[in-house]
Amino acid sequence: MSARWLEPVATAGRAGLFTLQMLAAIRPSMKQAGETLRQAYLVGARSLIIIMICGFFVGMVLALQAINALAQFGAADQVSLLVGKSLFRELGPVLTALLFAGRAGTAIAAEIGLMKATGQIDAMELMAIDPVERVALPRFLAGLISVPLLTAMFSAMAILGAVVFAIGVMGLDAGVFWSKLQTGVRFGEDFMGGIWKSVAFGGLVSGTAAWYGFSARPTGAGVATATTNTVVISSVLVLVIDFIMTSFFT
Amino acid sequence: MPLNDTPAIRLEDVVFRHGDRLILDGVSMTIPRGAIAAVMGPSGVGKTTILRLVSGQLRPESGRVLVNGEDVSAMNRKALYRMRENLGFLLQNGALFTDLTVFENVATPLREHRDLDEPAIADIVEARLDAVGLAGTGDLMPHELSGGMARRVALARAVVLDPAIVLFDEPMAGLDPIAVSTINALIRRTNDDLGLTSVVVTHDVVQMKKLADYCYILAEGRIAGEGPPAELAASDDPAVDQFMNGRMDGPIPFRYAGAAGS
Repeated sequence: MSARWLEPVATAGRAGLFTLQMLAAIRPSMKQAGETLRQAYLVGARSLIIIMICGFFVGMVLALQAINALAQFGAADQVSLLVGKSLFRELGPVLTALLFAGRAGTAIAAEIGLMKATGQIDAMELMAIDPVERVALPRFLAGLISVPLLTAMFSAMAILGAVVFAIGVMGLDAGVFWSKLQTGVRFGEDFMGGIWKSVAFGGLVSGTAAWYGFSARPTGAGVATATTNTVVISSVLVLVIDFIMTSFFT
Repeated sequence: MPLNDTPAIRLEDVVFRHGDRLILDGVSMTIPRGAIAAVMGPSGVGKTTILRLVSGQLRPESGRVLVNGEDVSAMNRKALYRMRENLGFLLQNGALFTDLTVFENVATPLREHRDLDEPAIADIVEARLDAVGLAGTGDLMPHELSGGMARRVALARAVVLDPAIVLFDEPMAGLDPIAVSTINALIRRTNDDLGLTSVVVTHDVVQMKKLADYCYILAEGRIAGEGPPAELAASDDPAVDQFMNGRMDGPIPFRYAGAAGS
């Protein structure tokens, strides 16, 4: 009984130690910065297309729903305000993080898990190269850097989607749309609030992925489990942390 | 004691357990400098465990593991990493970095531990690839290599820092006969040219008779026999005889040692 409850706690503790180990490995070196940028390209830039497509459609559907709901009160011209607020504060950061978990988190976990299964992580340790510093840290930092940028791109595309639907399809007045957005949505609170969240989400997803990759059993099934766990656990954590951060900072 | 008189590797009464299963039950061995020593025994007997104890990836339950006279089991991470810079390890399947070229694989330890400029690194890497008969393969990716070639690249990588000791985990497993001979010759040549101490883990009796200066035979967690290969072949110890001559009947059981009732 007690051992069953102890295990998740022990795992959480090990994951925490792993995070500290990563943070302790940060050095102001060109090599590390270079590798971080390379990883930011691999996990970040390559997630760009899917983020942009999803952002665009989320913006359109938000505008559609908002117009339908607001039209009942004769307030359809407030659509940009509703879309903007909900997007910048919540939907942008959360959906980007969830997409990032599926697109990049899985790749990180599978890659590290496979490196472990083929003895490459072992080989590094034996060459006196710290695999946490060399493999995990750049991917973690890459998540930290690229998710906020992806979030900004997601939100921009969503606004575009809302514009296309609200102005292009529904024929709302463009001037009203933009002026409501400009006056109603605040850069510091709404936009930056979301960006800060997405920094946390980025670290959370890439850190979770690196942890599951490193703790994967060195078998095919082990790598598969690590990949699944990455998506499931990081998605749950993103939503939980989102609620906690939102309730503390607003 | 001056360094040259200390044995390169020394295990003193090492006990190691994996879970409940006793793997090594009081193993002692001394490997002198400059020798090629073989650790032989049936699969799953704990040969690789011995290498991982020497490299400090595993720690013994009791007993001491000394590398160049220093106790590996008492080292912290930093000391361990310093020790490993002087220790080459050829893993079972080579474990090349699959997303790096052959050149970058061999260059990785240099980039990490030596402060060299690019032309110097290129010179060393080319020379080491040439020494294993793979000059001009630097731009290939690991998946483009045959098993034997990959093993040779891994050998070049393992000795690129000029370590004093190199550990080989089943260096001949799964290779064709020609590749086996090539690897054997390379291990001998590398050992003698660079003045290394080599430990080779294997179950290939025939190859070991050709290669090793000294052999340890491991059975059921203990050293069943030791000595130069020719002496061991003539041994009348039943376990040694069974292993060296590949007999089914003898003291070494045909069972998983952890199974119930064994």
